[in-house]
Amino acid sequence: MLEIKGLKAKVEGKEILHGIDLAVPAGEVHAIMGPNGSGKSTLGYVLAGREGYEVTDGQALFKGRDILALEPEERAAAGLFLAFQYPVELPGVTNATFLKSALNAVRKARGEGELDAMQFLKRVRGIMKSLGMAEDMLKRGVNVGFSGGEKKRNEILQMAVLEPRLAVLDETDSGLDIDAMRIVADGVNALRGPGRAMLVITHYQRLLDYIVPDRVHVLMGGRIVRSGGPELARELEQKGYGSLPAAA
Amino acid sequence: MARTAQTSRVTAPAPALAAQLARYAGLKDRLAGAGLPWLRDLREAAAQALAANGLPTPRTEAWRFTNLRPLHDLSFAEPVALVGSEAERAALALLPALGRWRAVLVDGRFRADLSELDGLPEGLAVQPLASALHAGAAGLDGLLGTLARPDQEPMAALNTALMEDGVIVRVAPGVKVAERLEVVSIASAPAERAIAFHPRLLVTLGADASLILVDTALGAGAAAYLNNPVAEVDLAPGASLDHVRVQDEGPAALHLATVYARVAERARYESFTLSLGARLARNEVHVTLAGADGDCSVHGAYLAHGQRHIDNTSIIRHAAPACRSRQVYKGVLKDQSHGVFQGKIEVDQIAQKTDGYQMNQAILLSPEAEVNSKPQLEIYADDVKCSHGATVGELDEAQLFYLRSRGVPAEEARAILVQAFFGDALEQVPDEGLREALSALIAGWWEREGGAG
Repeated sequence: MLEIKGLKAKVEGKEILHGIDLAVPAGEVHAIMGPNGSGKSTLGYVLAGREGYEVTDGQALFKGRDILALEPEERAAAGLFLAFQYPVELPGVTNATFLKSALNAVRKARGEGELDAMQFLKRVRGIMKSLGMAEDMLKRGVNVGFSGGEKKRNEILQMAVLEPRLAVLDETDSGLDIDAMRIVADGVNALRGPGRAMLVITHYQRLLDYIVPDRVHVLMGGRIVRSGGPELARELEQKGYGSLPAAA
Repeated sequence: MARTAQTSRVTAPAPALAAQLARYAGLKDRLAGAGLPWLRDLREAAAQALAANGLPTPRTEAWRFTNLRPLHDLSFAEPVALVGSEAERAALALLPALGRWRAVLVDGRFRADLSELDGLPEGLAVQPLASALHAGAAGLDGLLGTLARPDQEPMAALNTALMEDGVIVRVAPGVKVAERLEVVSIASAPAERAIAFHPRLLVTLGADASLILVDTALGAGAAAYLNNPVAEVDLAPGASLDHVRVQDEGPAALHLATVYARVAERARYESFTLSLGARLARNEVHVTLAGADGDCSVHGAYLAHGQRHIDNTSIIRHAAPACRSRQVYKGVLKDQSHGVFQGKIEVDQIAQKTDGYQMNQAILLSPEAEVNSKPQLEIYADDVKCSHGATVGELDEAQLFYLRSRGVPAEEARAILVQAFFGDALEQVPDEGLREALSALIAGWWEREGGAG
């Protein structure tokens, strides 16, 4: 599903990713763990195509196609989704407008028919209910005045509505209490399936108690320094990142 | 030698001014109401003020950011005699009906054939100015020209000297007009010569009366012309006027509008001006809060592209205690367009407990676009609350990326953010139907002009 080869990237002239190699097959959930400043969020933004994140070398093949030259909206249409660590507030844009514009843009790009207001609502309502979101959230400005937990749930709602093939979740657990984390994890787990891959970026092991990954990769100093099974996350929880060799 | 040349440049009127004064001299015995002594005096005083003060130049402090060179460069002719033209009908047909009744002016002259004024309710009178003047102007002496200040504002002086027609709107005391009234000014914009017209709008509301007035100016053609309207709005105690204005003039038009409003105690004046058109537009509003506990808001939204220039200037004078005033302007500027906001709050010594606020926010969509913000507070009372602010920036990169990362194409993402930016300005328009109409006009502008490049 996703194959990253020798990926190097710069932010503001400084190289942050020094050559990432990573493969996430369809149907699998991989975790990327690492201390602050290791390049985790940079990897998410590079994959989603944020301006200012300059790829200097390497490839990111998504379903066999290098997506690094595509516009962010083209990547979304191809089935990539980034759940933001800090979801952006859009004052004056209702959640309903936002979700509907996104869904219909993606459907159009995929050659599917656009949904009308009724079809859209029908689809969104069920998902909101399962995420424990009140329906009046659709009328509110996107993320405006939302609590940390509401913002993260809103990210999962967008993901569930857009049905991506590859979801990158950037520190979706940060700022969440245990109850909120369980709801978010349930939402993520509901989307696990043979046709979908996920990359879960996190600082702490606790999210991985709820979203159990198939593989765990440790990102330090802009490189993957170790990969292993779910037990690697527990080892890091006990010993800390200091037990690993810093990347040269 | 050089000294002499300079002196002569100062004393001889500039060609544009001389041409306007010559027009006045040639027309003054033939203008509507020329036989009324009070009106002759009014026009004569305005012409003299214009001759003394001249047309605005960038050296005029109130016009520092708006250069009227196109006015100086063009020579204007009289609008031709009235024959119904298809262009005006077509322009009118495109305009969504925003009111139950509609008074239409073409090139500044009232057109009964295009107006729809049947079934006005008791207590609402709508009358063409020229016919009122021809009929002896009963009740207009002491109304017309009482608020406008030709001695202060040159464009109002030009209007006063040359005004021929316009619309008089009167609402009787206690009458709350349930449906909206529209006044539409259409410029025929003939290609063969630039015309100039100076319509006058006179609105008086009796005590506790209320009205929603939609005041639209548009052009039916692409040629240059000057529309120089003046509105005088007089609100008796407890009266309430919502004055929604749409400026969608032709692409080469000069639109230089001046509004004077006087708000008595407990009265309320709310104006919202959407500026979309014209090569050069100035929307100048003077409000005097003349009685205690009065309320005014002078809001607006503006969109410009190409080389266009839009100036919003408002002067709010608190001349009585415990009044509130709000000015919120929002603009989007593209290409090499230029926006100007000048907002002034004057608080007289008597005007304790004043609450004043002004804000100008602009989004620049290109590095060559420019905005000048000049907020001013002049406060002579000691117990007041006045604040102002201005923000200028680009569309937020993080917001754009967020939308695009969800699949929304860049152009659509920009359109969504621009609509959202204007959204809270439009919230100030009290009538939902009008809000939607204004929102649709903004969306239409964006579809025509907002695209990249």
